[in-house]
Amino acid sequence: MPKLKLPAPPLPPGFPKPAPKRPGTPKQKPLDVAAEAGMSVVDWVDERTSLSGGARWMMFRKVPKGTNWFYTLGSATMFAFLSQAVTGVFLAMYYRPDAGGGAYESMRHVNDDVFLGEFVHGMHKWGSSVMVILIFLHMARTFFFGAYKYPRELNWIIGVALLILTMAMSFTGYLLPFDQRSYWATIVGVNINGTGPLVGPYLSDFLRAGPEFGATTLSRFYAIHMMLIPGIIGALIGFHLYLVAKLGTTAPPWQKLPEQYRQVEEERA
Amino acid sequence: MNQREKEQYLREYMALKSAGKPFFPYAVAKDSLMACVVMAAIITMSLVLGAELGPKADPTTTTYTPRPEWYFFFLFELLRVIKPAELVPLATIGVPTICMILLFLLPFYDRGPERRPERRPIATATGIFVIAAMGFLTYKGAESGPPTQIDMPTPKAVIAQGPQFTALYEKGRQVVAQSGCEACHKFGDNGNDGPGPQLTHIAKNLPRQAIARTLVNPTAPMPSFQALQQKDPAKFNAMVTFLSQLK
Repeated sequence: MPKLKLPAPPLPPGFPKPAPKRPGTPKQKPLDVAAEAGMSVVDWVDERTSLSGGARWMMFRKVPKGTNWFYTLGSATMFAFLSQAVTGVFLAMYYRPDAGGGAYESMRHVNDDVFLGEFVHGMHKWGSSVMVILIFLHMARTFFFGAYKYPRELNWIIGVALLILTMAMSFTGYLLPFDQRSYWATIVGVNINGTGPLVGPYLSDFLRAGPEFGATTLSRFYAIHMMLIPGIIGALIGFHLYLVAKLGTTAPPWQKLPEQYRQVEEERA
Repeated sequence: MNQREKEQYLREYMALKSAGKPFFPYAVAKDSLMACVVMAAIITMSLVLGAELGPKADPTTTTYTPRPEWYFFFLFELLRVIKPAELVPLATIGVPTICMILLFLLPFYDRGPERRPERRPIATATGIFVIAAMGFLTYKGAESGPPTQIDMPTPKAVIAQGPQFTALYEKGRQVVAQSGCEACHKFGDNGNDGPGPQLTHIAKNLPRQAIARTLVNPTAPMPSFQALQQKDPAKFNAMVTFLSQLK
């Protein structure tokens, strides 16, 4: 018998509750056995990791009254990132970061020959636009609802870092197909970086792997786009989510307090 | 926010939170539906808009258009708005860097306890202004594709030097028109005015050698034409000839 017990699901009022077992009904149907087997596996893992407490803390925390559709923008951004990660892995299976000949050809091959190649390429390309739009909408929601204020300041800072990293992702990814548009736009983009104060010249030298756009520039962009930034973004999303769960999502700023609390607050004032 | 206001916020938040519903399944259901909408949007865009590739990157070619992804248009347009040469570094990285720092530090200089947008007029107005400005600049950037025509009349001084020189001048006009120069430079009535300087009368200020030097070793963010000079000197020469006649 597993030790773990799932909490009763929070059913809306009026929803028929499952009838309790009556004496005389057969004790275990095949479905119950299967459910118990599943529970035993979860139980085995939980006995060794104690993960159930964290999962419970994450999933069954309360979200404040008045939470509306604006509050789905953050998770939608994360979902767009996951979609980028999955489509990106499939593109990486065919891509060759070789400026001398290979990068452009491999993307041609993806587009023309590979099964659903152009579709996945298109999902990755347009997914970046969707992610940028969503991250800006999420930030606008946070800004106008005043959700960056105490105690969520640190989460705002992580969010700004994620925004900049997302833009850096799209900048580094733009070069990879290695067609005329991406090549020249990247040259101008890196040159623009170079005019920046203090770190500007060093940053563009780092991006180009030297003072000129050379043979290793493409593989450098590829490594940054595939390994460096996605790892940082993943870690920061994790921390961002932890803080969201720990501090709780904000209520809409015009949400009224429940009656009994309002009286208490008025007496205090 | 002082200590009293912080405590009051936390109290009120706890009251609202305890009156709320569990994250699972209520918020999860909304998030999942939204995820489906996002997925549908991405798939639709991929199917409708596709992912066609342009011609292969070629450092020696001159027919290119340095266009960034559309969500960088507002940064690129910033270069056009801020024109004087000494202010260009400010526009390219200065303004974005300042904006980034201001964004990072937002919770530290906006510490008022008020959260309702209509009771934070400065913050709300600034937010709306920034969104409107970014929207406007993006629209301007999307609208101003680089033209590929230069309609300036051939100067009399060029015609006077014989048909061979005129042909070289006309070839140069074609090379310049196809080289994306007009994305950032203005020639007579054609091209975008900025971020680069107007070239209508460039030969008045720069001798031929200086123009050639600038093409090979330009001021950032302009790309270099050194590869063209090495691979196709005739084309490069035509380009320089055309530019050095713009008086």
